[in-house]
Amino acid sequence: MTALAALIRRDIKIALRVGGGALIGVLFFLTVTVLMPFAIGPDLPLLARLGPAILWLGALLASLLTLDRLFTADHEDGSLDLIVMGQTPLELACAAKALAHWLAAGVPLIAATPVLGLLLNLDTAATSAVALTLLVGTPALTFTGMIGAALAVTLHRGGLLLAVLVLPLSIPVLIFGVAASQAAITGPLSFGTPFSILCALSLVSFVVGPFAAAASLRHGLD
Amino acid sequence: MFSGLDFEAASGEVLAVVGPNGSGKTSLLRLIAGLLVSGGGSIGLEGGEAELTLPEQSHYLGHRDALKPALSVAENLSFWRDFLGGATGDVKECLTAVGLGHATYLPAAFLSAGQRRRLSIARLLVVRRPVWLLDEPTSALDTAGQELFVGVMREHLASGGIIVAATHTPLGIEARELRMGGK
Repeated sequence: MTALAALIRRDIKIALRVGGGALIGVLFFLTVTVLMPFAIGPDLPLLARLGPAILWLGALLASLLTLDRLFTADHEDGSLDLIVMGQTPLELACAAKALAHWLAAGVPLIAATPVLGLLLNLDTAATSAVALTLLVGTPALTFTGMIGAALAVTLHRGGLLLAVLVLPLSIPVLIFGVAASQAAITGPLSFGTPFSILCALSLVSFVVGPFAAAASLRHGLD
Repeated sequence: MFSGLDFEAASGEVLAVVGPNGSGKTSLLRLIAGLLVSGGGSIGLEGGEAELTLPEQSHYLGHRDALKPALSVAENLSFWRDFLGGATGDVKECLTAVGLGHATYLPAAFLSAGQRRRLSIARLLVVRRPVWLLDEPTSALDTAGQELFVGVMREHLASGGIIVAATHTPLGIEARELRMGGK
């Protein structure tokens, strides 16, 4: 446990320091959301209707932005070799790294949602619904994205490949995340059904992500 | 890469892997470290802890220093101490032992190549493991650093450790030689 806690602490520390990239995601999220009303126009009901989808898209792209460095940075400086050799199972180490990434890069996105909701004319209930679905859904984005990050380790310019690999996997999360938010705001669907499926997607990704990433790291080492 | 290789190293012994560039010295070390999959043959550790594999009882000091520029010298070393676990030493003592006692709170980004290497060597001291796999360990070190490293290696051997080192320059310590790629 000490080993995993140390790994999580280190990754968060690096992400929050200068050049770490945790805040780049939030900045990108902010930019996308601020630009949307300029593109769509000042139609307030329309903005409110599109709001959850815009926030979800922004969060999805922002979480991809920093994900490609998840394993690449450790591979470049040789840390990954030592992590693979260590007594800690690689699957657990991968899960710890993903958790640290979510805490440093995912949680700030959720914290920024209420502020950005104001810009999109969302009321308190709608904003809380979006924030809640993001809280449950963004871990799934990180844990499935981790598989792509592990595959991209040995490739140069893996960032683009990561997007191509990971975006199709995140479509279900996007669909049910937005559906649950919409259901909470306008209906007619009940909020519970898509929200439960979103929770299930996250749980599945917790199981599949670390194993798939560890397997790909073991094969990819050179 | 290579075949028909047969070697052993006993407790308290240095095995110096020598050979021209591209003869597979680094690959051999990475094979022992479990970072490469062998096409055949076997590598094992007799004695040691039965529950742990050979890589789990080895230190690998590669070309890359496994340091994070954003973290301070002490933070880098404490991380590896906590992550690698096992019988652990004191971070400050180990830093002083490799001549980095004055740079404890300096971000690793400001270290020179030789200082980075010294910090990596401190990793070998802060967590005790019986087998050391060293890839060109002295390449960036100055004369004082090399002498210091010889002392560190002697201490490790005296406590019953094994060292496998790939090297071009003499290590400054008596060693059994394993020549690779010789025709």
